[in-house]
Amino acid sequence: MSRDGLRTQVGQLARRSVLRTLRQPAQIVPALVFPLFLLAVNSGGLKQATNLPGFPTDSYLTFALAVPFMQGALFSVMNTGTDLARDIETGFLNRLALTPLRGAALLSGLLAGAVVLGLVQAATYLTVGLVAGAELVTGAPGALVIVVLSVSITVAFGTIGLFAALRTGSGEAVQSLFPVFFVFLFISAMALPLDLIQTDWFRKIASANPVTYLLEAFRSLLFEGWEPAKLALGFGIAAAVLTLGMLAASSALKTRLVRT
Amino acid sequence: MRSVSLRAMTNGASGGKGIEVEGLVREFKNGPRAVDGIDLQVHEGEIYGFLGPNGAGKSTTVLMLTTLLPPTAGTARVAGFDIVADGPRVRASIGAALQEAALDPLLSGREHMRLQTALHGLGRAERESRGGELLERVGLSQAADRRVGGYSGGMRRRLDLALALVHRPRILFLDEPTTGLDIQSRTALWEEVARLAVEEGVTVFLTTQYLEEADALAGRVGIIDHGHIVAEGTPAELKAEIGRPTVEAVPREPGERGRLASVLERFGAAAGASPRAAAARLDGGEAQLAEVVRALDSEGIAIERLQLHAPSLDDVFLAKTGRSLEGAGEEEDAAEPEAEAVSTA
Repeated sequence: MSRDGLRTQVGQLARRSVLRTLRQPAQIVPALVFPLFLLAVNSGGLKQATNLPGFPTDSYLTFALAVPFMQGALFSVMNTGTDLARDIETGFLNRLALTPLRGAALLSGLLAGAVVLGLVQAATYLTVGLVAGAELVTGAPGALVIVVLSVSITVAFGTIGLFAALRTGSGEAVQSLFPVFFVFLFISAMALPLDLIQTDWFRKIASANPVTYLLEAFRSLLFEGWEPAKLALGFGIAAAVLTLGMLAASSALKTRLVRT
Repeated sequence: MRSVSLRAMTNGASGGKGIEVEGLVREFKNGPRAVDGIDLQVHEGEIYGFLGPNGAGKSTTVLMLTTLLPPTAGTARVAGFDIVADGPRVRASIGAALQEAALDPLLSGREHMRLQTALHGLGRAERESRGGELLERVGLSQAADRRVGGYSGGMRRRLDLALALVHRPRILFLDEPTTGLDIQSRTALWEEVARLAVEEGVTVFLTTQYLEEADALAGRVGIIDHGHIVAEGTPAELKAEIGRPTVEAVPREPGERGRLASVLERFGAAAGASPRAAAARLDGGEAQLAEVVRALDSEGIAIERLQLHAPSLDDVFLAKTGRSLEGAGEEEDAAEPEAEAVSTA
């Protein structure tokens, strides 16, 4: 197939993915409301944490604003995976399999919806956070990097949803992943900076949890200033998850699409 | 949809561009042999009806012939290409509307067309014209911009058929295309399928559990049961093979049903009948009807209703399998994991 043909396939599947996302308010609304609700609860209830010696900012809202970006990415696992699982369950994937469709086109196209959702989420979280009084020391360029990082993480996590859907073929199985991923978020530096976590085992787990470094990348832009090492680590983790997720999803797609 | 006389000129011409199947087997892990060594040949331009109850192996056969499920053993050539070695060429030659119209409820009919035409590599200009032409042909122009989630079952099936035709396939696989449709939608779909075969020479492989569908539409019929083809021929040939009509009678007094049955059995073997009736297949054909009436009269059995049925494909199924096709699927629903065919392979 020519490069043009592949581009057309990706484009059409991306168009479908975006349309599906925009036509399902049930996918968009919880992904926006739930993280903002938790942000309001946490920033109100934990603001005394800023009195701890060594806490890096006076505003717990600013510190906690990194968390919705991660929670939004978790919704991407669910939404992308559930959409694909539904295609498998309804036989739509078989319809696609009967065309000269390339596996790479299918996976890339399906992630287009995650890009749109990621953009909407990032813009909403950031706007609401800033309106509520959060800091952004890196200004407009920092806001742009936050959006790009957020979309990258959303897409990267979306590949995990694709993999889960292709392996299980079941929307319920994909949705059951949500609590598992949520645990990953809680055992990170979500509520406190790493060096202020007093419990030894928790600090060790949080130190090993990549989510911690994704949060730190957001936080660096919000209240520390430009920290190239933290940004590189954040983008690097997103790239690694994307690469591994795509490889795993491609392999699962080959098994799922057993066409001769 | 335009009206085309059903089954007109759909016997096809022999040639190597249809479907040739030899010893095709599909065995599932820890399961039965869903398809157990079938042989069949479908000629170019023919409508071939593949008839059988649920779980008989129809859909598994279609999945193999459309390259979506590798066979465990055996060979098959579709449009002249081997289904295992030449999968992409087979797919380029066929269109398929598989069981349960697989459509996206969030997309409109036109958006489905755009996607399907693009994935098949049609140029930008041709995509719109071909999509519009097919939507028009299946009577969905007015509903083209509505989301499919709001379509009726018949509209979904018609869109499914149109989507299967976007790349002008020479062979069309239709897996139970009218299941669950009302008679009007069913007839409209039959007419379109017949038109495709008659006017465009498309070879059609049609699975169905409806006797009247196979009877009305197919040039030849293969009857499959437990993964084996138990009979094959034109509907007329198959019925002629059975040859005997059935007489069915309802006694005026329900208590006389036993006596009625024993009188009828003097003229041939008992046959399936409605709950209040008794029936027998007449060994001597239609000519025996007068004798049957005289025998009932002489026995003093008052009859409320008496009917003579010409042999049907159900009779053929009964003769070949010992069971009636109607309801045979219910006992076998669990026998074949057809729905899992793709996901588990």
